Amino acid sequence: MSKKNNTPMIDRYSLLEKIGIYFGIFLLLFYCLSPFIEGLLVSLKPLSLLFSSPYSFWPKGGSLDSYHAIWERVPMLGRYIFNSLFISVIVTAITMLIAIPAAYAFARFEFPFRGPLLGGFLAVNMFSGAVLLIPLFRLMRSMGVLNTYFAMIVPGVAFLIPTAIWLMRAYFLRIPKELEEAAWVDGASRLYILRRVILPLAMPGITVAAIATFIGVYAGQFVFALTFNSKSEYAPLTTGLFAFFGRQEVLWNELMAASFVGITPALLIIVFLQRYLVAGLTAGAVKE
Amino acid sequence: MNKGQGATVFAFGLLAPAILYILVIVAYPLVETINLSFTDAALKPTTNWVGMANYTKIFAGNFDEIILRTFVWTFFSVLIKMIIGVGAAMLLNAAIPGRTLFRILLMPPWIVPMAIGIFMWGWMYNGQFGMISGLLQNFGIIDRPVAFLAHGDTAFWATIVTDVWIGVPLVTLYMLAAIQSIPKDLYEAAWVDGAGRFYRFRRITLPMIVPSLLTMSMLSLIATFNSFDIIWILTRGGPSGETTTMIIDTYKTAIGSYKYGEGAARAVLICIFLSIFCFFYFRLVNRLSPGTTK
Repeated sequence: MSKKNNTPMIDRYSLLEKIGIYFGIFLLLFYCLSPFIEGLLVSLKPLSLLFSSPYSFWPKGGSLDSYHAIWERVPMLGRYIFNSLFISVIVTAITMLIAIPAAYAFARFEFPFRGPLLGGFLAVNMFSGAVLLIPLFRLMRSMGVLNTYFAMIVPGVAFLIPTAIWLMRAYFLRIPKELEEAAWVDGASRLYILRRVILPLAMPGITVAAIATFIGVYAGQFVFALTFNSKSEYAPLTTGLFAFFGRQEVLWNELMAASFVGITPALLIIVFLQRYLVAGLTAGAVKE
Repeated sequence: MNKGQGATVFAFGLLAPAILYILVIVAYPLVETINLSFTDAALKPTTNWVGMANYTKIFAGNFDEIILRTFVWTFFSVLIKMIIGVGAAMLLNAAIPGRTLFRILLMPPWIVPMAIGIFMWGWMYNGQFGMISGLLQNFGIIDRPVAFLAHGDTAFWATIVTDVWIGVPLVTLYMLAAIQSIPKDLYEAAWVDGAGRFYRFRRITLPMIVPSLLTMSMLSLIATFNSFDIIWILTRGGPSGETTTMIIDTYKTAIGSYKYGEGAARAVLICIFLSIFCFFYFRLVNRLSPGTTK
């Protein structure tokens, strides 16, 4: 092995292999990103260029007009963005509050029906809310929360609890038992041990579970909002913009502009947090 | 401190909120769905017990066609997701400059709200002016615009392509973790013995990731079977029912036409299929790593 190049021999590729790998990655990323690239270009095009043949990829005579027009066309856009984030944050907070103690119980205690109970929680994962919409709709109606934030928050939490329990249980299992036993011998109560010993140590795992939950609710919110809420002042971004998508004459450039403006705040949050997520998720998966 | 009566009481105290929540928001609606499926519940004030009438009515219609379509749609979507996911994981595991960036660039379809991504696909599929039709014409593959969502065949595949698009990042991330957990010495030993790259993939990587591959396939199967947003936003089950899956049909019946009883019967059938998948999933997980759920 030469001194200049410290890449292990096994990780060196021939030129042909390199070309193959980069070409494969190009195709993959083209598939993943082309809707966003196209959406961005569309948002810059005037409507007349959009509806002209032949198809032109580049936005000739492009402008930011759509980004000005949307605030008139979609007067509630700011509200939708706020609603999306608000619902996501509240759902994440409630989910964590419920799932943290449950995950700790599954990771540390021996009690009757532990296996079946954990299996039962995981089985919840197999239902999307869409299957249970009818009784949920009647339940929301009898609770009097249809067309409020609660109609989207309450069912949202239920379907995120299982994954959050699963992720955090894996993390709790990796914390050495000796720490709790030492505190127990010193006379600390179980609740005190959970609050003062376990929670601080489990913060990385809790962070990962919280981010995963946040993305889950943020990316997934549609069907409950579509079915349980018809007031636009409570609508999240998705159903708020869906109203424009459904029209006969869709103003595509403005819809795309509104979409990009709408997702920017959440994307900034997620980009900022993503290193915690990727590190935590892969660590958990490898250790499992 | 983790055994005995005190521990049991404490553990159930910790579990109580989660158990109560799931009982009210998932278990009760599930039982209620089964109940409703034997009634003629609708918008009218009275509800009568109708026995199996809803079920016989479903099968007198074209529901067998819808079930078949749902399975074909799900099968191809999961198959393509797994193929692309494993391929992408291999590519992103290669020791090349820039792979961290490439891994991040893969994430948007998963992180952006599904509905927003689907809007963008809706434009891409536009016949007269959309990108896919436009580019295919520029390359001379098709000679006139194709409105992908307006014809049964193309709409069927278009919805699959979008479903795969949303599922690929998570499958890739999961398979990447599986590949990275394979001990490096296996590859080095094979390499010293002169095994080529493709041989190492076939004889080391593939056998070692089979458990993860099976687990992810089952999870993906359950999620895909439940897929609602994509079809609803792109086609609402059309044109003329060609993309109507069981979930879409249930939604149309129950929420669209307010026939709660008939919708509930459809939901029960979906739950039966899901339970079968779930049963196989748990058996698989238990066989692969005994004791995980015990």
